[in-house]
Amino acid sequence: MSDPILTLDNIYTDIAQYHILQGVNFTVPRGQVTMLLGRNGVGKTTTLKTIMGQWRAKSGAILFEGRDINTLPTATRARAGIGFVPEDMGIFGDLTVEENMILGCTSGPLDAVRKDWLLAAFPALATFWKSEAGNLSGGQKQMLSIARALAEDRQLYLIDEPTKGLAPAIVSTMAQALRELKEQGASILLVEQNFSVARALGDSAVVMDDGAVVWSGAMAELAGNKDLQEQLMGLSMEAH
Amino acid sequence: MLTKLLSGDQPRSRALTAILLLILICLAGAPFLFDGVRPLDTAARICIFIVLVASYDLLLGYAGIVSFAHTMFFGLGAYGVALASTHMGRGFDALIVGSVAGALAAVVLALMIGLFSLRVRAIFFAMITLAVASAVAVLVSQFSGLTGGEDGLTYKIPRVLTSANRMGEFLGTRISGKILNYYLIFFASLALFLLLLRIVNSPFGRVLQAIRENDFRAEAIGYRVVWYRTAATCLSAATAALAGSLFAIWLRYVGPDTTLSFEIMLDILLMVVIGGMGTMYGAVIGATLFIMAQTYLQNLMGVASEATHNLPLLPHLLEPDRWLMWLGILFILSVYFFPTGIVGRLRERGKA
Repeated sequence: MSDPILTLDNIYTDIAQYHILQGVNFTVPRGQVTMLLGRNGVGKTTTLKTIMGQWRAKSGAILFEGRDINTLPTATRARAGIGFVPEDMGIFGDLTVEENMILGCTSGPLDAVRKDWLLAAFPALATFWKSEAGNLSGGQKQMLSIARALAEDRQLYLIDEPTKGLAPAIVSTMAQALRELKEQGASILLVEQNFSVARALGDSAVVMDDGAVVWSGAMAELAGNKDLQEQLMGLSMEAH
Repeated sequence: MLTKLLSGDQPRSRALTAILLLILICLAGAPFLFDGVRPLDTAARICIFIVLVASYDLLLGYAGIVSFAHTMFFGLGAYGVALASTHMGRGFDALIVGSVAGALAAVVLALMIGLFSLRVRAIFFAMITLAVASAVAVLVSQFSGLTGGEDGLTYKIPRVLTSANRMGEFLGTRISGKILNYYLIFFASLALFLLLLRIVNSPFGRVLQAIRENDFRAEAIGYRVVWYRTAATCLSAATAALAGSLFAIWLRYVGPDTTLSFEIMLDILLMVVIGGMGTMYGAVIGATLFIMAQTYLQNLMGVASEATHNLPLLPHLLEPDRWLMWLGILFILSVYFFPTGIVGRLRERGKA
């Protein structure tokens, strides 16, 4: 296994009186796609938000490039090289697509080559480049959300359910873009409920249940073992 | 050229462009278009309040921060000029020193309030600004030796800016220092408004809008939300203080009622809402309509009451003393019919 870009070491996170994460341990290898899987409500989104700092871990360490970032503010974590695509898209609806993309670049102007790649991957964004992002469809908003996170080269991308609720055609556009990102050697931690996408993209998988990691290993191993899938997630990947 | 001057932020509606042009022409030519002292005084107030309301729009409309301390910053600028003119004597140096000192004091106070309270929930920030503004108003009243207390301060401004300075005639209008003073106010207000327009259309302004929409998202991209909010508060405070300085130069008097009262704060809120939040041009329309109504509604009602004296009930309802009631009704109607403000509505119509 290549050296980890991110390590979660015994992370506990509470939200109000609820103990959501209860000793999460896993690593994200550099240059690979790590799938974070599990049933609804097991703490996958909370894990991403804890890494990003929206929820502060009560104890444990989050090592990014070997440095504990658990006490750092969210913006500092982002500037350290973590890009985040939240589940709720989080686009800025009053701003144009172009302005959203420019906002995604915190260290300089939008690189022309990168812009061309993103607009080729998500052609709808080129069409609505000067339009207010609030007027885009759900799928287009999700494309913008991902494109904005990719507007600048980051060392690690945290992506939360990018294909959730999208039409099949848009899912394949999204999957293709993520595949291209993977081919560029990006490190990605991806929460994904669409197993065919997960199977196609994932190098390794981490399965969570009840706020803790219950299995981690190669994606191919999980994809090829129906019993393991049933045991860990209560359903087979083939069902999707 | 014009696009550059407006920082690429065009009115985006023909009707809005026409209204803005009309206001600009009326304000630019006020000394020559209207007779008497009152219209000139109204025009000067409109210029100053456009800047004051626009600076509040930067805070409320662009950064999504509710503050009740805006009149405090306005007052700091006004008292800066008043105190400098009182202690340094009449002169442009006193006006400059007073304006700069007032703006600096506003920035320092805004920075302190911002750093202490912008990390917390918006409602706490609003409450803290309310408390600080009330405390400053009380202090100004109490330190009467310095501030003149409730009576305020009267002082002298450079003679060249007063009516005593007569400079001949132009286009049938006698040119005096008062007109020079008006143009000082007009051009300073225009420059400050264009500067605010530049700020909200800069990358900084876009980040503020992003923070207003979703502060965690902006933070997760890498923008320090507290820093940006504090910077917006400081910029807004400095501009409000400069508007206060202009007001002090125009009035040659400052007092708690004219610069620090909570009533002015409410007026600013109404002007922003009526004009349209987060548009900047809303400040122009809101301030113009509001001050015109404040100044002339009573007279208009007097005329209407006279004209309808043969009818039942109506003359009583139109009694000039009831002008505040009608002002209230006009505001309720404008908020009802223009929920996104007049500018928002005109732009929506332009799109359709």
